[in-house]
Amino acid sequence: MATLILEQTLNGLQFGLMLFLLAAGLTLVFGIMDLINLAHGSLYMIGAYLVATVVQATGSFALAVLAAVAGTAIIGVLLEVTLLRRLYARDHLSQVLATFALLLICNEVVRLIFGSQPVMLSMPEGLSGPVELLPGFHYPAFRLMVIGAGLAVAVFLYLLVGRTRAGMWARAGASNREMAGAMGVNVKILFTAVFGVAAALCAVAGAMLGPLLAVQVGMGESILILAFVVIVIGGIGSIRGALVGALLVGLVDTVGRAFLPMFLRSFLSAPVASGVGPALASIAIYVLMAAVLFWRPQGLFPARA
Amino acid sequence: MIAGFKRFYTGGIADEVYPRLGQLDYSAELAQIRAAAPDAVFFFLPGGMGINFIKQFAAAGLGKQTTLITTAFSADEDIIPAVGEPMLGIYNTGFWNHDLDNAENRTFVAAFEKDYGRLPSGFAAQGYEAARAIDAAVREVKGKLDDTEALRRALRANAYKSVRGPFKINHNGFPIQNYYLRVVERDAKGRITNRTLSTVLKDHPDAYAGECSLK
Repeated sequence: MATLILEQTLNGLQFGLMLFLLAAGLTLVFGIMDLINLAHGSLYMIGAYLVATVVQATGSFALAVLAAVAGTAIIGVLLEVTLLRRLYARDHLSQVLATFALLLICNEVVRLIFGSQPVMLSMPEGLSGPVELLPGFHYPAFRLMVIGAGLAVAVFLYLLVGRTRAGMWARAGASNREMAGAMGVNVKILFTAVFGVAAALCAVAGAMLGPLLAVQVGMGESILILAFVVIVIGGIGSIRGALVGALLVGLVDTVGRAFLPMFLRSFLSAPVASGVGPALASIAIYVLMAAVLFWRPQGLFPARA
Repeated sequence: MIAGFKRFYTGGIADEVYPRLGQLDYSAELAQIRAAAPDAVFFFLPGGMGINFIKQFAAAGLGKQTTLITTAFSADEDIIPAVGEPMLGIYNTGFWNHDLDNAENRTFVAAFEKDYGRLPSGFAAQGYEAARAIDAAVREVKGKLDDTEALRRALRANAYKSVRGPFKINHNGFPIQNYYLRVVERDAKGRITNRTLSTVLKDHPDAYAGECSLK
């Protein structure tokens, strides 16, 4: 039982950290540029497809991740300069409509290039086996690496946003965009850089989750919804809030999928319990979001003063 | 599928877990399997679901203490290239295998390998059978396809020899056929493929034939 709880906690941590990668980019973009970007999941999908393509071409997973991060960042910057820049002044509904169109276009372009069938992306050879964490308890090495990568990115973001000049500009932009501009921050370049960083984070999440899930058209939508829930819980514009929110959502989701069916089995039949458990876990996440909105509408760690 | 499995399985069942359709991440289910520590796991997860499950099962280190049992849909020639080494040792059951020893099958497999350079999957065998069934029926009615009643009777009678071994069509239109136990292992040429171990069900009709009103 102890190993079951430990394993499920690690699973929840892994899922939560990957959600954090997506939510961090989303909250930065929403907080600093006030841009609701529904195409954020498409950047995640593009990152995963780039990793799959480069792995098939070269066979090296590490090289593929680097190439995907660079490629997705470039695509993100291009998108920002050509299209999204014009949306900053518009209201949120126009942004939703425009980025939703972008989402659909990305899906169809990817389907044109790669087809509708999922693309095979395997875990790298060296990491596809188990690691003995405790005597008798084995955990997949790849999932451990995902947890490690997520924690490394969290530390990197903390240092970047909290300890560098550029990070200070980003935080100032999130707190009060007009004032930051008045104080001499080059807002145009800041926005492009923030969007590039957000796109790079999406690519890392896509590279980590691609071998575990399937790389297929539309893979970004389901995780994007959870990312929006996370930034609402955590607070728009706050990376600390994104981390806490993502870990909360990841743990609730995994615990719900794992322990709720076991508990429900005592008075429901097995197939019904297995269907109701995950549904209740999803409901719990949205109830948590509603509760946060009710008591702290700005989120747990609001960035706006 | 589970009901069919439980119809013939007489041993003890430690637990039943039902993932969602299309679910790709089995971390929660694998943790439950590890906690229950069964001797074997029977799963029915066709297509991409099964591929992910087998890979994650091997990555979690569960292959050493737990045997995997499944249907041919999750362990056939189209799944093996996607998964690779973790497939070795999986038991599966189906109504056909490429190494069945009858004349029709030997001809089919040899011709398929010559044309495509790989071993045929169960789906390929079914496609081949379907074409031959239609061919035999059309010959039976001597090309007069307007007589649909005669064509239907000819299809039911299926006057050709199947690659699956003994094969008849039941009164309800479903087959009466053998089911074979296969295991995934390396063959003489070093390829990872299925080897037939034994016939587990002989001339077996489907379970609901008695409830069908067709004659």
